[in-house]
Amino acid sequence: MHPATSRILLIILVAALGVVPIFAASGYTLFQLTLVVSYALSVLGMNMVTGYNGQISLGHGAFYAIGAYTTAIMMDHWDLPYWSTIPVAAVLCAITGFLIGLPALRFSGLYLALTTLALAAAVPQLLKYNAFTDWTGGVQGISVFKPEAPFGLPLNADQWLYLFSFAVALVLFILARNLAVGRIGRAMKAIRDQPLAAEAMGINLAKIKTRTFAVSAVFTGVGGSLAALAVGFVAPDSFNVLLSITLFVGMVVGGAASISGAVFGALFIQFVPNVADQISKAAPGAVYGVILIVFMFVAPAGIAGLVRRFLPTAKAPARSG
Amino acid sequence: MDGFLHQVASGIATGGIYASVALALVMIYQATHHLNFAQGEMAMFSTYIALTLMHAGLPYWVAFVATLVISFAMGAVLQRVLLQPLANAPVLAMVGVFIGLLLIFNNTAGWLFTYTLKTFPSPFGEGGPVLFGLFSPHELGSTCVTLAVLLSVWAFFRFTRLGLAMRAAAFNPVSSQLVGIPVARMLVLGWGLAAAIGAIAGMMVAPIVFLEPNMMAGVLLYAFAAALLGGINNPLGAVIGGFMVGVIENIGGAYIVGTSLKLSMALIIIVAVLILKPAGLFGKTLASRV
Repeated sequence: MHPATSRILLIILVAALGVVPIFAASGYTLFQLTLVVSYALSVLGMNMVTGYNGQISLGHGAFYAIGAYTTAIMMDHWDLPYWSTIPVAAVLCAITGFLIGLPALRFSGLYLALTTLALAAAVPQLLKYNAFTDWTGGVQGISVFKPEAPFGLPLNADQWLYLFSFAVALVLFILARNLAVGRIGRAMKAIRDQPLAAEAMGINLAKIKTRTFAVSAVFTGVGGSLAALAVGFVAPDSFNVLLSITLFVGMVVGGAASISGAVFGALFIQFVPNVADQISKAAPGAVYGVILIVFMFVAPAGIAGLVRRFLPTAKAPARSG
Repeated sequence: MDGFLHQVASGIATGGIYASVALALVMIYQATHHLNFAQGEMAMFSTYIALTLMHAGLPYWVAFVATLVISFAMGAVLQRVLLQPLANAPVLAMVGVFIGLLLIFNNTAGWLFTYTLKTFPSPFGEGGPVLFGLFSPHELGSTCVTLAVLLSVWAFFRFTRLGLAMRAAAFNPVSSQLVGIPVARMLVLGWGLAAAIGAIAGMMVAPIVFLEPNMMAGVLLYAFAAALLGGINNPLGAVIGGFMVGVIENIGGAYIVGTSLKLSMALIIIVAVLILKPAGLFGKTLASRV
């Protein structure tokens, strides 16, 4: 296929993904698709730091929580408009991500994985902590009202929220794609594959690694913000270790170091548990686990890896993997 | 002062549990360079097997030994059937498989044995406090069991041919294969041993926290922390790390931040240690070859 043709096809596909669900799906299905969008962003964030940069993080649920709580607190305490909370969440997550990236420089491989897992485990406790209850609402959490469509658009709240989330995600996905194929993206992958060689080539390891962490936190945090709007509620126990692990599963199943993989992964973590639930009401988690393991056997490089294998035209210009 | 000693004592007792799970983790890590996220859930499952055997009428120690054998077989089979074929898969796929295993064990246990809390008997009796009134009989007994396990594992690796072969297979698989050590079989053996050690930890912790499918979730996290603190390539370090985490957690929870934040505090301390000493307190810093 000619590159220009495939580009046009891609644009049509993306536009269809943005518009079709608004009219084809409604109610609960549309809500689930909105969540898929927010998961896709969060998985993409994880992919930046783990897939592209090779710093294994099992704690991205923490950034997701920061994004979600930023949105909830700003809307609940100060009655600020929902759209204004997204940039604030992004900035806060960037700062936190950068700060966590600093000690992360000292850890390699599994040490980082476990330290970030510990971070994820501490999140619910911190959110419930008495001193912060005025802000976080403690165990009760905070309710977030659903935004209405602006400018008199003929859309209901669910439809508008999907469109809004999709637009935010689209912008960030394009940014991520440009980052990944450019100079910085190549530096990130070089650090993952050959840190010593990368350093010898003049790449500033510390600078790239901490900034990757910050960027990745922004993506995941914005995903959390959007999820808070979609769910309409934040509470400490929804940001437990399982959330971080879910995001990680999404990244691995979708395909590490792949932009489109984030979307596949998000679909997996949103819908496969439902499928597992239908197969066995008694032990849905076990069915989910079996599906996950089968996936790892069939597609160790993720769904994006499978797509690359069977659709040679979908191969990225610079080999990623 | 008396209260303080009590806190230290019960910290040592829970630390012993963390130490044995950490030991199981470090053993698999040394042999395969993977961290088994399902270790805690496997231990929980083994504990349910033990309880089932006891309900079937077996005396405690018979059930104990039978559980060790079953757990060993379980670990060995998992390695052979599930992990051997993935030996060359990317690390991320391996972690995916471990997470899948974790979910399967957790959910199957809930399905087979229900999610209700169950009491698990202690072999050391109820009785009053012993040893200057600091330990309950179970705390003292389980600490001794942990130390005995540690000692036998150390002796096994240090003094037996099989232990030496396992160390060799982990240290340099290619050369070991060339001198005739069946490396693949050593990995199966390592997984079996780790599962059995995990089972002991599960049976020792169950009388304290009650048996339920999520029993080991918290323990596993502390065990990870212990393994990191001690150094992930040092079994003795992992055990010392386990005891340290137990004591830090208890003292901090009682005197500094209160129980609601004790997990966070223990973790902060560990991260602080790691920032100063990234390979853990007793770990070897590995130089990378240029």
